[in-house]
Amino acid sequence: MTTATPTRAAGASRTNRPGADLRPVSFATLTLVEWRKQLDTRAGRWMLAVIAIITAAVLAVMMAVNGGNHSFSAFVVGTTTPMAMLLPIVGVLAATSEWSQRTALVTFTLEPRRTRVGLAKVVGAIGSGLALLVVTVGLAALAHLLVVAFRDADPAWDVSVRAVLYLALSVVLFMAQGVGFGLLLRSTPAAIVTLLLAPTLFGVVGGLVPGMADVLPWIDLGTAGEPLLFGSALDGQGWAQLGTATLIWVVAPLAGGLWRTARSEISSS
Amino acid sequence: MITVEHLTKRYGPAVAVDDVSFTVEPGHVTGFLGPNGAGKSTTMRMICGLTPATSGSARVLGLPFTALANPGRRVGVLLDAGAQHSGRTGREVLTLAALMTGVDRRRIDTTLDLVGLTDREAARRVGQYSLGMRQRLGLASALLGDPEVLILDEPANGLDPAGIRWMRDLLDDFARRGGTVLLSSHLLREMEAVADRIVVIGRGRVVAEGHKDDLLRQAGTFVRSTDDGALALALRQGGAGVEELATGGLSVEAEPVDVGRAAAAAGVVLAELRAADSRGLEDLFLELTADDAREQTRMEVSA
Repeated sequence: MTTATPTRAAGASRTNRPGADLRPVSFATLTLVEWRKQLDTRAGRWMLAVIAIITAAVLAVMMAVNGGNHSFSAFVVGTTTPMAMLLPIVGVLAATSEWSQRTALVTFTLEPRRTRVGLAKVVGAIGSGLALLVVTVGLAALAHLLVVAFRDADPAWDVSVRAVLYLALSVVLFMAQGVGFGLLLRSTPAAIVTLLLAPTLFGVVGGLVPGMADVLPWIDLGTAGEPLLFGSALDGQGWAQLGTATLIWVVAPLAGGLWRTARSEISSS
Repeated sequence: MITVEHLTKRYGPAVAVDDVSFTVEPGHVTGFLGPNGAGKSTTMRMICGLTPATSGSARVLGLPFTALANPGRRVGVLLDAGAQHSGRTGREVLTLAALMTGVDRRRIDTTLDLVGLTDREAARRVGQYSLGMRQRLGLASALLGDPEVLILDEPANGLDPAGIRWMRDLLDDFARRGGTVLLSSHLLREMEAVADRIVVIGRGRVVAEGHKDDLLRQAGTFVRSTDDGALALALRQGGAGVEELATGGLSVEAEPVDVGRAAAAAGVVLAELRAADSRGLEDLFLELTADDAREQTRMEVSA
């Protein structure tokens, strides 16, 4: 460390202060910054890398067993399970790291409009998720290409645009859900455990209650969201069920998290 | 310019900040002084819009902090040097702030230079930084937006004596250019070196406010003469409070010139005559924030 003598650059030097013509931080800028914050630490990069590696491992296993005769769509479906498990965690980390690493203090002094920061986190996380979706679909295509070329599998490039759009929609839901739980609970372990266990427990307990079987698709995101992951077409009732389940498992935690962020005291301890 | 008016923060029945009012003028370094738990940090967080006030208000550059457009360009804030992601490099921390506030990224190098962090240090993760380096990085991110106001909570914490000297020069320079500086500390020596105006807070209340020199100057005169008894009598007759010191000489509650005049009138020969020693900030501090001082007297020193 050098002890430099302070010179001109110490600020407050301009006679004409810019105050009046400074524009508020734009949402695009905020989103870009929040996206960068998900990728500029080893923890963040590793999280995404681990998802890509696990996906590649799943594909490799699929290529090895059963003569590797799987269609493109089968490979894509194979990639969705690790994504469904791990993508929300990327969203959780985007939110909770502000508290676990205490950066909230800096973030919210640079942008006091906290709800915008929260929404920028959601959009940034969706950006990461969609980028990862492109990578995993690409890996699935590569896997299918390899089995066709080397294992005499039948070429079947049968992934519809609809299936891809469904997957993209599920990425949006996973990410918004992750950020929502993160903002609401502020603790990485608490948010991850809740996120992974609550819907499962909910499904199991719900299954035990007589008469719940009819209601479950309306209130359980796992059930309602299944078609999105496996590419089966949603009908009107399916969309309605997805809507109500999303309201409970995505919109409500996100709204609660944004509300808590906007209302609460931001301190370093 | 920072204006704090009747700021109060209650946590349940506990009052952390109790009706605090003061102003921080441009062109000065104002020290915010108080023991741990006196409410310094809470007050600063309220000024920065991070902690909602129970009542009262704080304005920075004429506006509530949260109403400032792009506050990073107008107010440099360092509330906790440890509050940085340990996995980011120093340079990345500044890059994020530059992207957010729209500052030219070339200014990152200028600012790193200014706070004395080398390129190699800036490329290391914050988790490996010493507290002193974190303070320098925190100051860099506060200065990055070329602000008019600096709000710094315990910025000298962890700096070595050379670092404190360096910070004093930096803040002096900033204030001389018309900048407004509010910095807190519980380390009195530092504050004595850095600040020229002081606000003392104890148990959530402002107990003293004014120029450092005024606060430190103890009213009164020390005098020694060939006949202290006669001089004391003459002074008492003139209505001044006199204390005969065990070590010799008198402590008089009057200006030196008046003591000299009284001595001349009484025909007493003076051996020594001077204004009483200025007390250290430490004495002032302990006196003002003493625990047994239930009824704290509010001492206003006109600037």
